[in-house]
Amino acid sequence: MDTPVYPAHNYLSNGHGLKSWLLTKDHKRIAMLYLISISIFFFLGGLFAVGIRLELTTPQGDLFQPDTYNKFFTLHGVMMVFFFLIPSVPAVIGNFFIPPMIGAKDLAFPRINLLSWYIYVVGGLFALFAIVAGGVDTGWTFYTPYSSVSSSTNVTATALGVFIAGFSSILTGLNFIVTIHRMRAPGLHWFKLPLFVWAHYATSLIQVLGTPVVAITIVMIFVERAFGFGIFDPQRGGDPVLMQHLFWFYSHPAVYIMILPAMGVISEIISTFSRKRIFGYSFVAFSSLAIAVFGFIVWAHHMFVAGISVYSAMVFSFLSFSVAIPSAVKVFNWAATLHRGSLSFEAPMLYVYGFFGLFLIGGLTGLFLATLGTDIHLHDTYFVVAHFHYIMVGGAIMGYLGGLHFWWPKMIGRMYSEFWSRISAILVFVGFNLTFFPQFMLGYMGMPRRYHMYPPEFQVLNVLSSAGASVLGLGYIIPVIYFLYSIKKGAVAGNNPWGASGLEWRTQSPPLTENFVDVPTDIPEAYEYTPQVVREAKLV
Amino acid sequence: MSSVHVSPLSTYLSIFAALMVLTALTVGVAFINLGSFNPVVALGIAVVKASLVILFFMHVKYSSRLTKLTVVLSLFFVAILIFETLMDYATRGWQTIPPMLK
Amino acid sequence: MSNPIAHAAAGHGPAGHDFATADGHGHGHHPALQHHFSTMDQQREAGVLGMWVFLLTEVLFFGGLFLTYTIYRTWYYEAFAAASKSITISWGLINTAVLIGSSLTMALGVRAAQTNQRKATVNWLLATIFLGTLFLGIKVIEYADKFEHHHVPGPHFVFASEHEGAEGGAAEHAAPAAAEGGHVMTMGPDELQRTTQLFFSLYFTMTGLHALHMIVGIVILFIVAWMAHKGRFDSEYFAPVEMTGLYWHFVDIVWIFLFPLLYLVERHN
Repeated sequence: MDTPVYPAHNYLSNGHGLKSWLLTKDHKRIAMLYLISISIFFFLGGLFAVGIRLELTTPQGDLFQPDTYNKFFTLHGVMMVFFFLIPSVPAVIGNFFIPPMIGAKDLAFPRINLLSWYIYVVGGLFALFAIVAGGVDTGWTFYTPYSSVSSSTNVTATALGVFIAGFSSILTGLNFIVTIHRMRAPGLHWFKLPLFVWAHYATSLIQVLGTPVVAITIVMIFVERAFGFGIFDPQRGGDPVLMQHLFWFYSHPAVYIMILPAMGVISEIISTFSRKRIFGYSFVAFSSLAIAVFGFIVWAHHMFVAGISVYSAMVFSFLSFSVAIPSAVKVFNWAATLHRGSLSFEAPMLYVYGFFGLFLIGGLTGLFLATLGTDIHLHDTYFVVAHFHYIMVGGAIMGYLGGLHFWWPKMIGRMYSEFWSRISAILVFVGFNLTFFPQFMLGYMGMPRRYHMYPPEFQVLNVLSSAGASVLGLGYIIPVIYFLYSIKKGAVAGNNPWGASGLEWRTQSPPLTENFVDVPTDIPEAYEYTPQVVREAKLV
Repeated sequence: MSSVHVSPLSTYLSIFAALMVLTALTVGVAFINLGSFNPVVALGIAVVKASLVILFFMHVKYSSRLTKLTVVLSLFFVAILIFETLMDYATRGWQTIPPMLK
Repeated sequence: MSNPIAHAAAGHGPAGHDFATADGHGHGHHPALQHHFSTMDQQREAGVLGMWVFLLTEVLFFGGLFLTYTIYRTWYYEAFAAASKSITISWGLINTAVLIGSSLTMALGVRAAQTNQRKATVNWLLATIFLGTLFLGIKVIEYADKFEHHHVPGPHFVFASEHEGAEGGAAEHAAPAAAEGGHVMTMGPDELQRTTQLFFSLYFTMTGLHALHMIVGIVILFIVAWMAHKGRFDSEYFAPVEMTGLYWHFVDIVWIFLFPLLYLVERHN
């Protein structure tokens, strides 16, 4: 095999200097801008998590004041949910790879794509201002009347930041929907699309359907705080539970904004590293849409003890189980894809194996919480915290990291350290389980979330959790080092280092600004790994 | 491919006239006591007016299936939001408190 | 579908995709065609779909407000009825007519653009701007009236006995309230003072957001009218006019619902 050469003309070399980046309309450059900015917020959110775990190593509240601790978990949640997880896979990997995957030169609206990044930055600045000005302590959920009447912290700035970032999310989703409908290369019909694209289509639907509802909720909180209106104010007859309904109408589907794109990543990686077409392609494709739709009818399971009627709680509990069906369809089909595939164990695939274990635990514990009776016991305990971290970190971040490792050679044109990438993937998996599995037990034993003190008998498990968090943190830091190192020093990757079948691997690495010299016309079936290709791969 | 549909002037003028008549009607009906049907009629007229605007002023009648689907999709999800939330509010009074807890 | 892609060569500058400027790349296709689209049809369809998806988000945005309104109106029907009666119906009626008129002028503006009538396009757009501004002017009069009567929710809110309130209207109110599944109760002045604030909070939030959308719409209309004046549009490329029209009609539809919900609660006794 010839040694690959780093291409002289690519999207990175097309224009230098800050201006060529800040005014770019190239979806790939915008993706890189997003990568940098969400990494900053991930780091900030991580710092708050360090504070939380440090405080919880001892039962006494000896490190921070209670209100400082409240601000820590609030800011950890706000940063991670709204400024890292929601944009993570779509705005970075989706932004970069949806156009080449469908044979397009760019997203349908390049300028709106850049605008969405600027809106995100403005929203982020509001949130940063809130931190600098003294923080916010309402929890990331902004429940009224505490957020509208009582709290004297920077609720307005934070909520406006979330509101603004929401528009960024809406515009990204809108752009993807139009792009997938209207920009596909001639001959690339829906059932030839990679499942990554299907997953992003479903995600975009949630973004455009859900985000406006949380936006109007924030507007209503804003008018209460800023103008003294009373929409959710119980003193004037308003209903705080209504705010929770509106909030969770978005924020429950928001979980699927985080996990669905990660699932799309998983489909791509699995098929590549087992050299097989995804088993039950159309089922996996439609299960993404089903998750998006079912995600909108189950929200009140977050409110079982909030004062909703028992009858509606029963209905919501029943409906919540419906989400398990498309999720299970995906997991079973992935498992069937692995079956008798020619598996390998590169770093992206290690993240996928990790995703399997963690998503399975996260998903199954979700069933405990969907069950009305058990939820009343487990509500607002560490069981819930562990559950959603298994989904949002164990699922979404594993998918995000797996995707970054999978496509990094295409994005940068160079390889990262194989050894260190495997080490860090293992560290993330081990560290994650060590951090969050004890929290299931703590929650089951009754330790409530959002307190900075706890009874001494919970200390062993909390220390385990904090120790695991440091391993997890290490697992997140190592990739930063070898990714940065690879930009200058990494081995040249070539067009298709993994032997993958997608259209994006046909172009050079890093791609041209236009992605393709000629728009591909001979569109293959998705995941076309012929036996011939498989045999060659086994020989290598 | 698709050619742009140009509606005749008369369509716009008659839709405008219909909207004005319906506006007058909705005010007129509001002053007649129909009991619980007052809001139903008011909303019914509003839905008709909105449909006229959507179909003719916004050209949805002549648009692609995808555009029609988008309109239906937005209404469907608003319906989910409203229906499921009202499901909670409508059944809050149903709970019977066991005698031992009274 | 032909595929006249003529920009495969690498390395055009970052200012390459310039939406709606006739920068003429000299490849024989329409000057408004952007690089990453193959045909004008594809570009137009992408734009229209994008606009409709945006309107879909707007529907859900206002949907949350209408839900809130529905619940509180059912709970506090008497307060909503009394508060609604304190609003001058004629201003709302005039404004409805003004806004529907502006929708007509907008639709005619789009039609003029479709049929290549530059001057008519500009004139219809200016007429739309005029009617939109008229609407906002009337809204200012209404808001000023609310401030004068202390009908703005908050510490200075007063909903006094200027309306018949609890005693007189209680008996008549009870029946429709019960029929709607609301709580049957007779509100005293204190309770009216508290719960009418919910109505006015929603009144200001809903009409305020609506007015904000109109202000944005008027700004966009000015830009589009200027572009039309400069001759940027023809029967093949008029997407900005078309999309502004869609947005403007949507804002009109919101008002079509707001008018009966805010102005016409229980007017019949």
